[in-house]
Amino acid sequence: MSTQETAKDSDFAIEGHGDISVGVHGAGASGDGSASATRITPGNALRPEDIALEISRGQVKPTEDVAEFALRIGDDGLILAQRLGHWISRAPELEEDIALGNIALDQLGHARSFLTYAGAAWGKSEDDLAYFRREHEFRSAHLFEQPNGDFAVTIARQFIVSYYQYQLYTALTGSSDATLAAISAKAVKEVDYHRDHSAQWVLRLAGGTDESRARIIQGFKLVWPYVDELFEDDELTTRLAEAGVAVQPSSLRAEFDRLTGDIMAEAELDIPGVPQSLGGGRHGKHSEFLGYILAEMQVLAREHPGAGW
Amino acid sequence: MASQNLQSVPAELSPEEQEREAAGQAYFDRIISEDSRIEPRDWMPAAYRKTLLRQISQHAHSEIIGMQPEANWITRAPSLKRKSILMAKVQDEAGHGLYLYSAAETLGQSRDQMMEDLIAGKARYSSIFNYPTISWADMGAIGWLVDGAAICNQVPLCRASYGPYGRAMVRICKEESFHQRQGFEILLELANGTPAQKQMAQDAVNRWYAPSLMMFGPPDDDSPNSKQSMAWNIKRFSNDELRSRFVGMMVEQVRVLGLTLPDEDIRFNEETKKWEHGPLDWNEFKEVLAGRGPCNSQRVERRREAHENGAWVREAAVAYARKQAQKENAA
Repeated sequence: MSTQETAKDSDFAIEGHGDISVGVHGAGASGDGSASATRITPGNALRPEDIALEISRGQVKPTEDVAEFALRIGDDGLILAQRLGHWISRAPELEEDIALGNIALDQLGHARSFLTYAGAAWGKSEDDLAYFRREHEFRSAHLFEQPNGDFAVTIARQFIVSYYQYQLYTALTGSSDATLAAISAKAVKEVDYHRDHSAQWVLRLAGGTDESRARIIQGFKLVWPYVDELFEDDELTTRLAEAGVAVQPSSLRAEFDRLTGDIMAEAELDIPGVPQSLGGGRHGKHSEFLGYILAEMQVLAREHPGAGW
Repeated sequence: MASQNLQSVPAELSPEEQEREAAGQAYFDRIISEDSRIEPRDWMPAAYRKTLLRQISQHAHSEIIGMQPEANWITRAPSLKRKSILMAKVQDEAGHGLYLYSAAETLGQSRDQMMEDLIAGKARYSSIFNYPTISWADMGAIGWLVDGAAICNQVPLCRASYGPYGRAMVRICKEESFHQRQGFEILLELANGTPAQKQMAQDAVNRWYAPSLMMFGPPDDDSPNSKQSMAWNIKRFSNDELRSRFVGMMVEQVRVLGLTLPDEDIRFNEETKKWEHGPLDWNEFKEVLAGRGPCNSQRVERRREAHENGAWVREAAVAYARKQAQKENAA
């Protein structure tokens, strides 16, 4: 049989620019935002591009307080995504390359939405905020900046983060600010999977081998000092709670303690009796780690200020 | 090597076994002549199994090693949207590796064994991933040229005679198509950006062009396995045929980018109706394949490190599952 006879039209076709058709329908639209791999339910999922569009049409604009608050949670997600992204191609098994990558993508997606919204208060884009702010202008909490360590440290960090974020986003779905509520409604569904993923690994590592148990105990010891900071109230959260925009972080603590406590008990792990760090991330006082994270993240964008990508 | 797990054919077959073999061969020949599909439990010639196992595992390894040059830019992606797309892309590649290892497992070799072979340097992967990604534009050039070449190679594989392989390729090709578009889009942005960005894009295209053409494999007169693979309906087009088609597509698309391909000999041959390109440095190709590329050692080392650092995690998961099963049995 000659190659001509076996060739099918669908084997090769060029559809538009830069598009080698695969001959399979449903491969996505060409070159626009709808081709995003992270978009799970087309038409329903709220994307940062949708928020940017609403901003450009003047349909939404956060107050200064809301923007400052969105900056905090946006920075948390961004810095964590930066940390988690490092695992891709380095995870203990392929399934975890995918899982940690997925969690990183979700965190980055939430960050993009929150930062896009926050930026509207100051005429800045998500990228202006991510790439052209300096260390003290970031508002992430210290937990998110902590190094990946080994897989156990990453899981311990993720366990705390996802139970905290689940409580936070659940509360924010009732926000009087419609955009915060909408972003949170999308985020909470994804964070629910992060809870499940990290809780299962906490159980596996604690109940696996002697080595894995020792490592997860050490992991929790390293990240637990940064728990209290997540639940600290301040003037901003007080004003926002009074206005019905947000809740006091301290109000989320009891449920966080109960739910994480259940898993820790099942894993037969003690809550580490380690002193709590002073924190300060919400006011621009950061760990030593943040500078390096930003140096790597921002280097290319800063080499070409004003360029589009 | 890959053939270790293959069932060896006993030298002397009983009459009954001979009959079974003959019936199996007849069934196999009929399936191939009908351009239909062989499934895992079907009889197949030992050499067919071996060829597929080699090809599919190499393909899987290429996806896994191929994650590294791109993962190299995840933390430095210059916009959050690009970072998000790049992460999704590298994650897709892990997924492709998984489907392909699963397809290979249906032929009788375990993923653990394939991973061991890769780490031990016994298994091959696409040699293009032994080149370094030194600028952001490389993310564009890899998507456009490397994934573009991969698509040309892989779309016909959706019709490969081995069912699990063909079906895995359908999904992989859908995602590769997205990868190729995002690569093109990166280059388009750069080519229409500042002079420094445009130069970055051209430089990346210059470096990735020839290696991507060599992804199709050696010229037809130097590709001993191709003929048999085509007879078995695994491969549908010769290396040179695919390479020529690819060049034709790139010629078209590079114009839209406003960039050039680093090859003055590209022309459409009116007589053969095929695209032709300038000479390729097959010596370099062989050198890289033999382990002397810029990143060979680094790529395998990263895989080894990740795999070995993760051993205690995998052991924990197994131990935990065993304990849970014991608890359930006791209950």
